Amino acid sequence: MSGNQREIQAVHGEPASFAFDAESEAAIAIILKKYPTGRQASAVLALLDLAQRQMKRATGSAWLPRLAMDTVAARLGMPPIRVYEVATFYFMFNTKPVGKWHLQVCTTTPCWLRGSDEVVATCKRATGIEHFGETSADGLFTMTEVECLGACVNAPILQVNDDFYEDMDVASTERLLAALRHDTPPPPGSMTGRQASAPEGGPTTLTTLAQPSAGE
Amino acid sequence: MAKVTVDGIEVEVPNGASVLQAAELAGREIPRFCYHDRLSVAGNCRMCLVEVEKSPKPVASCAFPVADGMVVKTDSPMVRQARRGVMEFLLINHPLDCPICDQGGECDLQDQSMAYGMDHSRYREAKRAVRDKNLGPLVKTVMTRCIQCTRCVRFAAEIAGVPELGATARGENMEIGTYVERALSSELSGNLIDICPVGALTSKPYAFVARSWELKKTDAIDVFDAVGCNIRIDSRGPEVLRILPRLNEDVNEEWLADKSRFAVDGLKRRRLDRPWVRRGGKLEPASWDQAFDAIAARLHGLDGARIGAIVGDLCDAESMLALKELMAALGSANLDARQDGAQLDATRREFYLFNTTIAGIEEADAILIVGANPRREAPVLNARIRKRWLAAGVSVAAIGAPADLTYPVRWLGAGPDVLAALRAGSEGFAATLRAAKKPMVILGEGALRRADGAAILAAAWMLAAEIGALSADWHGFNVLHNAAARVGALDLGFLPGPGGKDVAAMLEGGVDLLWLLGADEIDGARIGAQTFVVYQGHHGDRGAARADVILPGAAYTEKNGTYVNTEGRVQRGEFAVFPPGEAREDWRILRAFSARVGHPLPYDDLDALRRRMAEVNAVFARIDDLPRRGAVDLSPPAGDPAALLSTPFAPAVVNYYQTDPISRASPTMASCTATFHQPLAQAAE
Repeated sequence: MSGNQREIQAVHGEPASFAFDAESEAAIAIILKKYPTGRQASAVLALLDLAQRQMKRATGSAWLPRLAMDTVAARLGMPPIRVYEVATFYFMFNTKPVGKWHLQVCTTTPCWLRGSDEVVATCKRATGIEHFGETSADGLFTMTEVECLGACVNAPILQVNDDFYEDMDVASTERLLAALRHDTPPPPGSMTGRQASAPEGGPTTLTTLAQPSAGE
Repeated sequence: MAKVTVDGIEVEVPNGASVLQAAELAGREIPRFCYHDRLSVAGNCRMCLVEVEKSPKPVASCAFPVADGMVVKTDSPMVRQARRGVMEFLLINHPLDCPICDQGGECDLQDQSMAYGMDHSRYREAKRAVRDKNLGPLVKTVMTRCIQCTRCVRFAAEIAGVPELGATARGENMEIGTYVERALSSELSGNLIDICPVGALTSKPYAFVARSWELKKTDAIDVFDAVGCNIRIDSRGPEVLRILPRLNEDVNEEWLADKSRFAVDGLKRRRLDRPWVRRGGKLEPASWDQAFDAIAARLHGLDGARIGAIVGDLCDAESMLALKELMAALGSANLDARQDGAQLDATRREFYLFNTTIAGIEEADAILIVGANPRREAPVLNARIRKRWLAAGVSVAAIGAPADLTYPVRWLGAGPDVLAALRAGSEGFAATLRAAKKPMVILGEGALRRADGAAILAAAWMLAAEIGALSADWHGFNVLHNAAARVGALDLGFLPGPGGKDVAAMLEGGVDLLWLLGADEIDGARIGAQTFVVYQGHHGDRGAARADVILPGAAYTEKNGTYVNTEGRVQRGEFAVFPPGEAREDWRILRAFSARVGHPLPYDDLDALRRRMAEVNAVFARIDDLPRRGAVDLSPPAGDPAALLSTPFAPAVVNYYQTDPISRASPTMASCTATFHQPLAQAAE
């Protein structure tokens, strides 16, 4: 790094230092082997993801402080700005701290038609968050508006950290948030109990087809 | 080669060329924002859309390669429609603030929306606004005006070699900036202002100063380093308002270093606008006659051997010749142009020139830099080395204090012992140099201004000869000067004559009358108390502080001057504004004084003086004509190549932003020093 003094961005919670821990280092060693020498910059997305997950382990908040991005840049021999560009481009990297439970509500057309507005309203009511991108006063929840999560068959979708909760409505959103508050997240998937994206209430086609017997 | 028809005009272009280049060859103008012929192709502004036969959609001509038999239309209804659409989109988020925008009048967006845009906008929604960035004391940002062409991002990463700018976030939230607030750490940052096609990046010191159509434009030559960048002086009335680069592919391409561009406010401060004479220890205002009388009185009866003259770093060749001939008329051989004590050998021109030439760097395949930091001493030349490294990955090694030169450098060591090791072959880089077909050795001032400067010069020449850098069609021995006047002075023979004294001897009581022509880089305290000092120059700087008589001269913007750059290229700058007050062109002052003391110089006008210059050295007859050199005579310069000291090379330029009387008087350069140099200096402590 040449030069002039850097003004550290006034992001609340910016840690004093960042270094990859043993778990991340083990993963980095595997990732970097995938790329030929001199092409290590290709690993920038994977390393940023590792850094964000390490922050989650260490602080409970999955986000990328500037120091973490600088660490990734130094490790991959990239100018830091190239890493900032990538990290700010992709929505799954958080450049500000997020709550313990990151509520990512899909509001794209299919989810919206199936009632995502109610999911949003319920999340707001239950957490006290007023606008997208905010974190609740207790630091437990951050709510973000996201574009299509690719699970429209089970719309509306509420993604919590890495897991999809599907077929949400007011009641199931309230139950989910209450469970998260008690640190007992329910198993991800449909909240109406249907299997994957099978029709609600059982099969509607191929109903007469004989079940194959075991061993066939 | 591919045959392409552009609007019915058939042109032949090399395979791999873009449709835009083919259209330019056919003389058709293609509007563009993101495309710049010295930067990589981005293809994101879409302004250069053209119609290609058999293609259903318009194509971006800057990024579309030609094919044999391609038929291109650049002015069809489809193209016009497409351009109007692109223009409308670009203007959606562009503020309508042309009346308060500094780019107004020289704005690509303005011109092209007049030429290719619609007459109105259909956009009724709210426009986006972007927070301005702080890029330091030179570049002002109004980021709402940015059209995200990313020229600045590519310039910083490719040409300047400081990858600090980027495009963060995405879609409507995309912003150009540094992400972390910081000043752009480049000596070439002013060029961002030139390449920005809109008013997003403008000059901070020039903000709200003038409109481009109010300015008188004068072609001139830059004097802040020895590269001899071609510049355009923009002036209004008696004031120089700004300086811009002028295209010269062989010297500066279209770039200019920050000091050359932004030190111009120093031309209005601390100027000497009338003669002064020291009476009773105090400088008092005087008339020209009184000043001349005072010098003539001191000269009366003085032996020629007790008179001396030193010229400074910013002098034009005309005034140096006039001073040399005045000294000759007074019987003095005490002349010197080397304020820094650089031990140069002027017996042959190739001993003190950058023989490879700046454009020649682009052919080099191995480069050794000795005792120089080209990034600080000649930023534009350094950009050429970087360009060569980017194009061919040439290996660059350097001897001296490690620094970031914007390209990878192998630092071989700190002192001249490495030079000896390279010659002996015990340093590994010697093999690289020997294997190279066109190796270059660049010798800096930091290596020459030492006690063993002559030895280093000889050793570097012999190294160049031994590695095959000196051949009939390649001259790889280069001296990188820092002073714009230096090569001109050497060409004119402004050096101690037979029995003459050099700078050190003159300062230490060797003369009774010392004439300083713009010489400010010497320590006034070293001048003997009995020495009568005449300072002729334009700024009240170090030289004037010690002077007994001050003769106000003209700065480089105020005179017709000839300058020889480090390559030996003779270039002429033109007069843009008058010198302030009673100040006069320097050669006229010397001509007038020569008449006062009864030795009138044999020229009454500039033409006669320039004819005399060409008589003294024929190179002055060849303006901007620089033949490629080869080395014929390999005999080394005088100096014992074995007499090397072990002290490490000291950098010749410590603070890039303040190196001469003009930049020391410039408030902009002072704030650059505070922003860029002082944090570095503190970090080094």
